Amino acid sequence: MDFAFMQEAFLRLIAGVPLTLNLAFTSIAFGAVLAMLLALMRMSNIKAFDWPARAYVFVFRGTPLLVQIFLIYYGLGQFRPALQELGLWGFFREPYWCAVLALTLNTAAYGSEIIRGGLQSVPYNQVEAARACGMSGFLLFRRIIFPIAVRQALPAYGSEIILMVKATSLASVITMMEVTGLAAKMISQTFRAVEVFVVAGLIYLVLNFAITRIIMAIEWWLSPHLRRPPAVEPRLEAAHV
Amino acid sequence: MQQLSYFELVGFGPNGWGWALLMATGMTIAVATCGFLAGSVVGTFVAWGKIGGHAPVRWLADGYTTVLRGIPDLLVIYLFYFGGSAALGAIGSLFGAEGFIGVPAFVTGALAIGIVSGAYQAEVFRGAYQVVSRGELEAARAVGMHRWLMFRRIIAPQVLRYAIPGLGNTWQLVLKESALISVTGLVELLRQSQVAAGSTRRPFDFYITAAILYLLITWVSTYLFQRAETHSMRGMRRAS
Repeated sequence: MDFAFMQEAFLRLIAGVPLTLNLAFTSIAFGAVLAMLLALMRMSNIKAFDWPARAYVFVFRGTPLLVQIFLIYYGLGQFRPALQELGLWGFFREPYWCAVLALTLNTAAYGSEIIRGGLQSVPYNQVEAARACGMSGFLLFRRIIFPIAVRQALPAYGSEIILMVKATSLASVITMMEVTGLAAKMISQTFRAVEVFVVAGLIYLVLNFAITRIIMAIEWWLSPHLRRPPAVEPRLEAAHV
Repeated sequence: MQQLSYFELVGFGPNGWGWALLMATGMTIAVATCGFLAGSVVGTFVAWGKIGGHAPVRWLADGYTTVLRGIPDLLVIYLFYFGGSAALGAIGSLFGAEGFIGVPAFVTGALAIGIVSGAYQAEVFRGAYQVVSRGELEAARAVGMHRWLMFRRIIAPQVLRYAIPGLGNTWQLVLKESALISVTGLVELLRQSQVAAGSTRRPFDFYITAAILYLLITWVSTYLFQRAETHSMRGMRRAS
Protein backbone atom coordinates (compact mmCIF):
# COMPACT_ATOMS: atom_id res chain seq x y z
CA MET A 1 0.00 0.00 0.00
CA ASP A 2 1.24 3.39 -0.97
CA PHE A 3 0.35 5.78 1.80
CA ALA A 4 1.38 8.93 -0.04
CA PHE A 5 -0.99 8.00 -2.83
CA MET A 6 -3.74 7.20 -0.38
CA GLN A 7 -3.31 10.58 1.23
CA GLU A 8 -3.65 12.22 -2.15
CA ALA A 9 -6.73 10.12 -2.85
CA PHE A 10 -8.21 11.12 0.49
CA LEU A 11 -7.75 14.81 -0.25
CA ARG A 12 -9.41 14.43 -3.63
CA LEU A 13 -12.30 12.27 -2.46
CA ILE A 14 -13.12 14.32 0.62
CA ALA A 15 -14.13 17.10 -1.78
CA GLY A 16 -17.11 14.96 -2.76
CA VAL A 17 -18.47 14.63 0.78
CA PRO A 18 -20.50 17.87 0.75
CA LEU A 19 -22.34 16.79 -2.40
CA THR A 20 -22.96 13.29 -1.02
CA LEU A 21 -24.43 14.72 2.18
CA ASN A 22 -26.34 17.37 0.27
CA LEU A 23 -27.99 14.79 -2.00
CA ALA A 24 -28.74 12.50 0.92
CA PHE A 25 -30.27 15.09 3.21
CA THR A 26 -32.21 17.02 0.58
CA SER A 27 -33.87 13.85 -0.63
CA ILE A 28 -34.45 12.50 2.88
CA ALA A 29 -36.13 15.77 3.90
CA PHE A 30 -38.45 15.87 0.87
CA GLY A 31 -38.87 12.10 1.00
CA ALA A 32 -39.98 12.11 4.64
CA VAL A 33 -42.79 14.57 3.87
CA LEU A 34 -43.94 12.48 0.93
CA ALA A 35 -43.62 9.30 3.00
CA MET A 36 -45.81 10.75 5.73
CA LEU A 37 -48.41 11.65 3.13
CA LEU A 38 -48.29 8.16 1.62
CA ALA A 39 -48.56 6.52 5.03
CA LEU A 40 -51.63 8.60 5.86
CA MET A 41 -53.10 7.67 2.49
CA ARG A 42 -52.52 3.98 3.21
CA MET A 43 -54.18 4.30 6.59
CA SER A 44 -57.08 6.47 5.49
CA ASN A 45 -59.36 3.46 4.77
CA ILE A 46 -60.52 5.29 1.66
CA LYS A 47 -59.91 3.16 -1.41
CA ALA A 48 -59.31 6.12 -3.70
CA PHE A 49 -56.32 7.08 -1.50
CA ASP A 50 -55.23 3.64 -0.36
CA TRP A 51 -54.78 2.02 -3.77
CA PRO A 52 -52.67 4.72 -5.43
CA ALA A 53 -50.38 4.68 -2.41
CA ARG A 54 -50.11 0.89 -2.54
CA ALA A 55 -49.29 0.98 -6.24
CA TYR A 56 -46.70 3.70 -5.68
CA VAL A 57 -44.92 1.69 -2.99
CA PHE A 58 -45.04 -1.47 -5.10
CA VAL A 59 -43.57 0.22 -8.15
CA PHE A 60 -40.81 2.16 -6.40
CA ARG A 61 -39.74 -0.72 -4.18
CA GLY A 62 -39.90 -3.24 -6.99
CA THR A 63 -37.64 -1.50 -9.48
CA PRO A 64 -33.94 -0.66 -9.17
CA LEU A 65 -33.11 2.90 -8.20
CA LEU A 66 -30.73 3.13 -11.14
CA VAL A 67 -33.62 2.46 -13.53
CA GLN A 68 -35.61 5.22 -11.83
CA ILE A 69 -32.70 7.62 -12.16
CA PHE A 70 -32.26 6.80 -15.85
CA LEU A 71 -35.98 7.05 -16.45
CA ILE A 72 -36.05 10.56 -15.01
CA TYR A 73 -32.75 11.89 -16.34
CA TYR A 74 -32.56 10.30 -19.79
CA GLY A 75 -36.11 9.05 -20.28
CA LEU A 76 -37.89 12.35 -19.79
CA GLY A 77 -35.57 13.88 -22.38
CA GLN A 78 -37.80 12.18 -24.92
CA PHE A 79 -40.53 14.69 -24.01
CA ARG A 80 -38.25 17.68 -24.19
CA PRO A 81 -40.49 19.91 -26.32
CA ALA A 82 -43.48 19.30 -24.06
CA LEU A 83 -41.39 19.92 -20.94
CA GLN A 84 -39.94 23.08 -22.43
CA GLU A 85 -43.44 24.31 -23.11
CA LEU A 86 -44.37 23.67 -19.49
CA GLY A 87 -41.22 25.43 -18.33
CA LEU A 88 -40.01 22.32 -16.53
CA TRP A 89 -37.06 21.59 -18.77
CA GLY A 90 -34.73 23.69 -16.64
CA PHE A 91 -35.42 21.30 -13.79
CA PHE A 92 -35.07 18.01 -15.68
CA ARG A 93 -31.99 19.15 -17.55
CA GLU A 94 -30.00 19.34 -14.33
CA PRO A 95 -28.54 16.00 -13.18
CA TYR A 96 -28.60 17.30 -9.60
CA TRP A 97 -32.36 17.81 -9.55
CA CYS A 98 -33.00 14.55 -11.38
CA ALA A 99 -30.93 12.69 -8.80
CA VAL A 100 -32.71 14.45 -5.93
CA LEU A 101 -36.10 13.68 -7.47
CA ALA A 102 -35.32 9.99 -8.02
CA LEU A 103 -33.85 9.58 -4.53
CA THR A 104 -36.82 11.42 -2.99
CA LEU A 105 -39.41 9.30 -4.77
CA ASN A 106 -37.49 6.16 -3.86
CA THR A 107 -36.99 6.88 -0.18
CA ALA A 108 -40.61 7.98 0.16
CA ALA A 109 -41.75 4.49 -0.82
CA TYR A 110 -39.55 2.78 1.76
CA GLY A 111 -40.13 5.46 4.36
CA SER A 112 -43.91 5.29 4.08
CA GLU A 113 -43.86 1.63 5.09
CA ILE A 114 -41.66 2.43 8.08
CA ILE A 115 -43.92 5.29 9.17
CA ARG A 116 -46.99 3.15 8.66
CA GLY A 117 -45.47 0.48 10.86
CA GLY A 118 -44.77 3.10 13.50
CA LEU A 119 -48.28 4.54 13.37
CA GLN A 120 -49.82 1.08 13.58
CA SER A 121 -47.72 0.19 16.59
CA VAL A 122 -49.37 2.90 18.69
CA PRO A 123 -51.31 0.94 21.31
CA TYR A 124 -55.03 1.48 20.98
CA ASN A 125 -55.53 2.01 24.70
CA GLN A 126 -53.38 5.13 24.45
CA VAL A 127 -55.73 6.49 21.81
CA GLU A 128 -58.70 5.48 23.93
CA ALA A 129 -57.27 7.22 26.96
CA ALA A 130 -56.64 10.37 24.95
CA ARG A 131 -60.20 10.32 23.67
CA ALA A 132 -61.43 9.92 27.21
CA CYS A 133 -59.51 13.06 28.11
CA GLY A 134 -61.35 14.83 25.29
CA MET A 135 -58.63 14.90 22.64
CA SER A 136 -59.50 14.18 19.07
CA GLY A 137 -58.44 14.91 15.53
CA PHE A 138 -55.22 16.80 15.06
CA LEU A 139 -54.60 17.34 18.75
CA LEU A 140 -54.76 13.59 19.34
CA PHE A 141 -52.40 13.00 16.44
CA ARG A 142 -49.95 15.69 17.50
CA ARG A 143 -49.83 14.87 21.19
CA ILE A 144 -50.27 11.09 21.36
CA ILE A 145 -50.04 9.20 18.10
CA PHE A 146 -47.19 11.03 16.41
CA PRO A 147 -44.73 11.07 19.32
CA ILE A 148 -45.22 7.36 20.04
CA ALA A 149 -44.99 6.45 16.36
CA VAL A 150 -41.78 8.44 15.90
CA ARG A 151 -40.11 6.56 18.74
CA GLN A 152 -41.13 3.25 17.22
CA ALA A 153 -40.11 4.14 13.70
CA LEU A 154 -36.83 5.88 14.42
CA PRO A 155 -34.47 2.86 14.41
CA ALA A 156 -35.83 1.64 11.07
CA TYR A 157 -35.76 5.16 9.67
CA GLY A 158 -32.14 5.38 10.78
CA SER A 159 -31.20 2.42 8.61
CA GLU A 160 -33.15 3.99 5.76
CA ILE A 161 -30.99 7.11 6.13
CA ILE A 162 -27.85 4.94 5.93
CA LEU A 163 -29.25 3.27 2.82
CA MET A 164 -29.86 6.69 1.30
CA VAL A 165 -26.29 7.80 1.93
CA LYS A 166 -25.20 4.66 0.10
CA ALA A 167 -27.76 5.26 -2.65
CA THR A 168 -26.37 8.72 -3.42
CA SER A 169 -23.46 6.88 -5.03
CA LEU A 170 -25.75 6.09 -7.97
CA ALA A 171 -25.91 9.79 -8.79
CA SER A 172 -22.34 9.40 -10.02
CA VAL A 173 -23.74 7.49 -13.01
CA ILE A 174 -25.45 10.67 -14.19
CA THR A 175 -22.26 12.74 -13.91
CA MET A 176 -22.61 13.93 -10.32
CA MET A 177 -19.14 14.12 -8.82
CA GLU A 178 -19.79 12.97 -5.29
CA VAL A 179 -17.49 10.58 -3.44
CA THR A 180 -18.13 7.53 -5.63
CA GLY A 181 -18.01 9.60 -8.80
CA LEU A 182 -14.62 11.04 -7.84
CA ALA A 183 -13.43 7.57 -6.84
CA ALA A 184 -14.46 6.05 -10.16
CA LYS A 185 -12.75 8.86 -12.02
CA MET A 186 -9.60 8.44 -9.97
CA ILE A 187 -9.56 4.65 -10.44
CA SER A 188 -9.91 4.96 -14.19
CA GLN A 189 -7.10 7.53 -14.28
CA THR A 190 -4.63 5.70 -12.04
CA PHE A 191 -5.78 2.05 -12.22
CA ARG A 192 -5.09 1.69 -8.53
CA ALA A 193 -8.48 0.36 -7.57
CA VAL A 194 -7.62 -1.07 -4.17
CA GLU A 195 -6.13 2.08 -2.65
CA VAL A 196 -8.90 4.34 -3.92
CA PHE A 197 -11.51 1.81 -2.83
CA VAL A 198 -10.09 1.65 0.70
CA VAL A 199 -10.10 5.45 1.02
CA ALA A 200 -13.61 5.88 -0.42
CA GLY A 201 -14.93 3.01 1.70
CA LEU A 202 -13.44 4.58 4.83
CA ILE A 203 -15.11 7.89 4.06
CA TYR A 204 -18.50 6.20 3.72
CA LEU A 205 -17.96 4.15 6.86
CA VAL A 206 -17.10 7.25 8.88
CA LEU A 207 -20.16 9.10 7.52
CA ASN A 208 -22.45 6.20 8.30
CA PHE A 209 -20.93 5.67 11.71
CA ALA A 210 -21.52 9.32 12.57
CA ILE A 211 -25.14 9.12 11.37
CA THR A 212 -25.75 5.94 13.39
CA ARG A 213 -24.43 7.68 16.49
CA ILE A 214 -26.63 10.73 15.92
CA ILE A 215 -29.72 8.54 15.49
CA MET A 216 -28.84 6.64 18.64
CA ALA A 217 -28.49 9.91 20.53
CA ILE A 218 -31.91 11.06 19.30
CA GLU A 219 -33.41 7.72 20.28
CA TRP A 220 -31.93 8.05 23.76
CA TRP A 221 -33.23 11.58 24.04
CA LEU A 222 -36.74 10.58 22.91
CA SER A 223 -37.16 7.67 25.29
CA PRO A 224 -36.49 8.84 28.82
CA HIS A 225 -39.14 6.42 30.07
CA LEU A 226 -37.05 3.44 28.98
CA ARG A 227 -33.90 4.60 30.69
CA ARG A 228 -32.98 3.05 33.97
CA PRO A 229 -33.78 5.38 36.84
CA PRO A 230 -30.69 6.85 38.49
CA ALA A 231 -29.23 4.29 40.84
CA VAL A 232 -30.24 4.75 44.43
CA GLU A 233 -28.05 3.26 47.11
CA PRO A 234 -29.93 0.35 48.61
CA ARG A 235 -30.48 0.87 52.27
CA LEU A 236 -29.61 -2.05 54.45
CA GLU A 237 -32.56 -3.29 56.39
CA ALA A 238 -31.42 -4.05 59.85
CA ALA A 239 -33.88 -6.89 60.32
CA HIS A 240 -32.43 -8.92 57.49
CA VAL A 241 -28.79 -8.58 58.26
CA MET B 1 -38.55 7.62 -41.08
CA GLN B 2 -41.91 6.88 -39.68
CA GLN B 3 -42.17 6.85 -35.91
CA LEU B 4 -42.66 3.32 -34.60
CA SER B 5 -45.41 2.74 -32.10
CA TYR B 6 -44.42 1.61 -28.60
CA PHE B 7 -45.51 -1.96 -29.19
CA GLU B 8 -43.65 -2.23 -32.47
CA LEU B 9 -40.58 -0.89 -30.68
CA VAL B 10 -40.51 -3.38 -27.82
CA GLY B 11 -42.33 -6.17 -29.64
CA PHE B 12 -40.91 -9.15 -31.52
CA GLY B 13 -41.36 -7.78 -35.05
CA PRO B 14 -38.57 -6.96 -37.52
CA ASN B 15 -37.90 -3.57 -35.92
CA GLY B 16 -38.69 -4.72 -32.42
CA TRP B 17 -36.25 -5.13 -29.57
CA GLY B 18 -38.35 -7.83 -27.93
CA TRP B 19 -35.90 -10.72 -28.24
CA ALA B 20 -32.97 -8.60 -27.15
CA LEU B 21 -34.87 -7.44 -24.07
CA LEU B 22 -35.96 -10.98 -23.28
CA MET B 23 -32.38 -12.27 -23.53
CA ALA B 24 -31.24 -9.40 -21.33
CA THR B 25 -33.91 -10.26 -18.76
CA GLY B 26 -32.55 -13.80 -18.75
CA MET B 27 -29.06 -12.40 -18.20
CA THR B 28 -30.29 -10.30 -15.28
CA ILE B 29 -31.85 -13.36 -13.68
CA ALA B 30 -28.72 -15.43 -14.35
CA VAL B 31 -26.27 -12.93 -12.88
CA ALA B 32 -28.53 -12.25 -9.90
CA THR B 33 -28.97 -15.97 -9.22
CA CYS B 34 -25.25 -16.69 -9.45
CA GLY B 35 -24.50 -13.74 -7.20
CA PHE B 36 -27.15 -14.81 -4.74
CA LEU B 37 -25.80 -18.37 -4.56
CA ALA B 38 -22.24 -17.11 -4.17
CA GLY B 39 -23.58 -14.89 -1.39
CA SER B 40 -25.19 -17.89 0.29
CA VAL B 41 -21.84 -19.66 0.44
CA VAL B 42 -20.07 -16.56 1.74
CA GLY B 43 -22.91 -15.87 4.14
CA THR B 44 -22.83 -19.39 5.56
CA PHE B 45 -19.14 -19.18 6.39
CA VAL B 46 -19.40 -15.67 7.80
CA ALA B 47 -22.38 -16.67 9.93
CA TRP B 48 -20.41 -19.67 11.15
CA GLY B 49 -17.53 -17.37 12.06
CA LYS B 50 -19.89 -15.07 13.93
CA ILE B 51 -21.57 -17.86 15.88
CA GLY B 52 -18.87 -20.38 16.58
CA GLY B 53 -15.56 -18.65 15.86
CA HIS B 54 -12.89 -17.69 18.33
CA ALA B 55 -12.50 -14.03 19.11
CA PRO B 56 -10.31 -13.07 16.10
CA VAL B 57 -12.53 -14.96 13.66
CA ARG B 58 -15.57 -13.33 15.18
CA TRP B 59 -14.07 -9.87 14.90
CA LEU B 60 -13.18 -10.55 11.30
CA ALA B 61 -16.71 -11.73 10.51
CA ASP B 62 -18.28 -8.78 12.34
CA GLY B 63 -15.96 -6.41 10.52
CA TYR B 64 -16.89 -7.97 7.20
CA THR B 65 -20.63 -7.51 7.66
CA THR B 66 -20.24 -3.99 9.06
CA VAL B 67 -17.99 -2.82 6.23
CA LEU B 68 -19.88 -4.43 3.37
CA ARG B 69 -23.20 -3.13 4.61
CA GLY B 70 -21.80 0.35 5.19
CA ILE B 71 -20.27 1.14 1.81
CA PRO B 72 -22.12 1.64 -1.48
CA ASP B 73 -22.50 -1.44 -3.68
CA LEU B 74 -21.39 0.54 -6.69
CA LEU B 75 -17.99 1.04 -5.07
CA VAL B 76 -17.61 -2.72 -4.59
CA ILE B 77 -18.50 -3.28 -8.22
CA TYR B 78 -15.87 -0.75 -9.31
CA LEU B 79 -13.33 -2.48 -7.08
CA PHE B 80 -13.99 -5.84 -8.69
CA TYR B 81 -14.19 -4.45 -12.18
CA PHE B 82 -10.99 -2.41 -12.13
CA GLY B 83 -9.20 -4.27 -9.36
CA GLY B 84 -9.95 -7.69 -10.80
CA SER B 85 -8.36 -6.96 -14.14
CA ALA B 86 -5.40 -5.28 -12.47
CA ALA B 87 -4.86 -8.35 -10.30
CA LEU B 88 -5.20 -10.68 -13.28
CA GLY B 89 -2.77 -8.50 -15.21
CA ALA B 90 -0.25 -8.76 -12.38
CA ILE B 91 -0.62 -12.55 -12.28
CA GLY B 92 -0.44 -12.70 -16.06
CA SER B 93 2.81 -10.73 -16.16
CA LEU B 94 4.35 -13.33 -13.84
CA PHE B 95 3.76 -15.86 -16.57
CA GLY B 96 5.01 -13.61 -19.30
CA ALA B 97 1.66 -12.41 -20.61
CA GLU B 98 1.60 -8.73 -21.36
CA GLY B 99 -0.99 -6.01 -21.45
CA PHE B 100 -4.51 -5.72 -20.15
CA ILE B 101 -6.41 -8.84 -19.20
CA GLY B 102 -10.12 -8.25 -18.78
CA VAL B 103 -12.19 -10.27 -16.34
CA PRO B 104 -15.47 -11.38 -17.89
CA ALA B 105 -18.14 -8.92 -16.79
CA PHE B 106 -20.41 -11.74 -15.73
CA VAL B 107 -17.85 -13.11 -13.29
CA THR B 108 -17.08 -9.64 -11.90
CA GLY B 109 -20.74 -8.92 -11.43
CA ALA B 110 -21.66 -12.21 -9.84
CA LEU B 111 -18.65 -12.01 -7.49
CA ALA B 112 -19.40 -8.43 -6.46
CA ILE B 113 -23.03 -9.28 -5.78
CA GLY B 114 -21.96 -12.40 -3.92
CA ILE B 115 -19.55 -10.51 -1.68
CA VAL B 116 -22.13 -7.84 -0.83
CA SER B 117 -25.14 -10.12 -0.42
CA GLY B 118 -23.00 -12.50 1.63
CA ALA B 119 -22.87 -9.87 4.34
CA TYR B 120 -26.66 -9.56 4.37
CA GLN B 121 -27.20 -13.32 4.19
CA ALA B 122 -24.78 -13.89 7.06
CA GLU B 123 -27.02 -11.76 9.27
CA VAL B 124 -30.10 -13.62 8.05
CA PHE B 125 -28.52 -17.00 8.79
CA ARG B 126 -27.27 -15.88 12.17
CA GLY B 127 -30.74 -14.68 13.13
CA ALA B 128 -32.28 -17.93 11.94
CA TYR B 129 -29.73 -20.02 13.85
CA GLN B 130 -30.62 -18.24 17.02
CA VAL B 131 -34.20 -19.48 16.68
CA VAL B 132 -33.15 -23.15 16.48
CA SER B 133 -33.90 -24.58 19.88
CA ARG B 134 -30.85 -25.20 22.07
CA GLY B 135 -32.46 -28.38 23.36
CA GLU B 136 -32.44 -29.94 19.91
CA LEU B 137 -28.74 -29.25 19.48
CA GLU B 138 -28.08 -30.77 22.87
CA ALA B 139 -30.17 -33.79 21.99
CA ALA B 140 -28.27 -34.22 18.74
CA ARG B 141 -24.99 -34.15 20.62
CA ALA B 142 -26.41 -36.56 23.20
CA VAL B 143 -27.20 -39.17 20.56
CA GLY B 144 -23.63 -38.87 19.38
CA MET B 145 -23.92 -36.80 16.21
CA HIS B 146 -20.75 -35.21 15.00
CA ARG B 147 -20.53 -31.60 13.93
CA TRP B 148 -21.02 -32.21 10.24
CA LEU B 149 -23.86 -34.68 10.75
CA MET B 150 -25.54 -32.32 13.20
CA PHE B 151 -25.15 -29.47 10.73
CA ARG B 152 -26.65 -31.50 7.92
CA ARG B 153 -29.48 -33.13 9.82
CA ILE B 154 -30.46 -30.62 12.48
CA ILE B 155 -29.07 -27.16 11.86
CA ALA B 156 -29.25 -26.65 8.08
CA PRO B 157 -32.89 -27.72 7.56
CA GLN B 158 -34.17 -25.57 10.41
CA VAL B 159 -32.01 -22.54 9.67
CA LEU B 160 -33.18 -22.63 6.07
CA ARG B 161 -36.77 -22.78 7.18
CA TYR B 162 -36.50 -19.74 9.41
CA ALA B 163 -34.30 -17.89 6.96
CA ILE B 164 -36.69 -17.97 4.00
CA PRO B 165 -38.36 -14.58 4.63
CA GLY B 166 -35.00 -12.89 5.18
CA LEU B 167 -33.54 -14.59 2.13
CA GLY B 168 -36.50 -13.33 0.13
CA ASN B 169 -35.65 -9.77 1.12
CA THR B 170 -32.01 -10.31 0.25
CA TRP B 171 -32.97 -11.71 -3.13
CA GLN B 172 -34.94 -8.55 -3.87
CA LEU B 173 -31.88 -6.50 -2.94
CA VAL B 174 -29.67 -8.66 -5.16
CA LEU B 175 -32.04 -8.35 -8.07
CA LYS B 176 -32.03 -4.57 -7.86
CA GLU B 177 -28.30 -4.52 -7.30
CA SER B 178 -27.80 -6.48 -10.51
CA ALA B 179 -28.87 -3.34 -12.39
CA LEU B 180 -25.63 -1.72 -11.18
CA ILE B 181 -23.63 -4.35 -13.06
CA SER B 182 -24.62 -2.45 -16.21
CA VAL B 183 -21.76 -0.01 -15.48
CA THR B 184 -19.29 -2.79 -16.28
CA GLY B 185 -20.84 -3.31 -19.70
CA LEU B 186 -22.52 -6.66 -19.04
CA VAL B 187 -25.55 -6.74 -21.32
CA GLU B 188 -28.25 -7.29 -18.74
CA LEU B 189 -31.66 -5.67 -18.75
CA LEU B 190 -30.63 -2.10 -17.94
CA ARG B 191 -27.60 -2.13 -20.25
CA GLN B 192 -29.68 -3.52 -23.10
CA SER B 193 -32.25 -0.77 -22.54
CA GLN B 194 -29.48 1.81 -22.63
CA VAL B 195 -28.22 0.42 -25.92
CA ALA B 196 -31.70 0.33 -27.40
CA ALA B 197 -32.49 3.81 -26.11
CA GLY B 198 -29.30 5.14 -27.67
CA SER B 199 -29.92 3.66 -31.08
CA THR B 200 -33.61 4.52 -31.34
CA ARG B 201 -33.62 7.81 -29.40
CA ARG B 202 -36.60 6.60 -27.41
CA PRO B 203 -35.11 6.40 -23.90
CA PHE B 204 -38.38 6.71 -22.00
CA ASP B 205 -40.00 3.80 -23.82
CA PHE B 206 -37.11 1.48 -23.10
CA TYR B 207 -36.48 2.48 -19.51
CA ILE B 208 -40.14 2.13 -18.66
CA THR B 209 -40.10 -1.31 -20.28
CA ALA B 210 -37.08 -2.24 -18.18
CA ALA B 211 -38.91 -1.03 -15.08
CA ILE B 212 -41.94 -3.16 -15.96
CA LEU B 213 -39.77 -6.24 -16.52
CA TYR B 214 -38.01 -5.70 -13.18
CA LEU B 215 -41.40 -5.36 -11.51
CA LEU B 216 -42.48 -8.60 -13.12
CA ILE B 217 -39.42 -10.47 -11.83
CA THR B 218 -39.91 -9.03 -8.34
CA TRP B 219 -43.55 -9.95 -8.34
CA VAL B 220 -42.98 -13.54 -9.48
CA SER B 221 -40.14 -14.06 -7.03
CA THR B 222 -42.18 -12.67 -4.14
CA TYR B 223 -44.83 -15.23 -4.99
CA LEU B 224 -42.29 -18.06 -5.18
CA PHE B 225 -40.73 -17.15 -1.84
CA GLN B 226 -44.17 -17.06 -0.26
CA ARG B 227 -44.88 -20.52 -1.65
CA ALA B 228 -41.57 -21.75 -0.30
CA GLU B 229 -42.34 -20.28 3.10
CA THR B 230 -45.75 -21.92 3.42
CA HIS B 231 -44.26 -25.17 2.15
CA SER B 232 -41.44 -25.15 4.68
CA MET B 233 -43.74 -24.15 7.52
CA ARG B 234 -46.23 -26.95 6.96
CA GLY B 235 -46.54 -29.00 10.10
CA MET B 236 -45.30 -26.15 12.29
CA ARG B 237 -47.59 -24.95 15.01
CA ARG B 238 -48.00 -21.20 15.03
CA ALA B 239 -48.57 -18.90 17.92
CA SER B 240 -51.30 -16.98 16.18
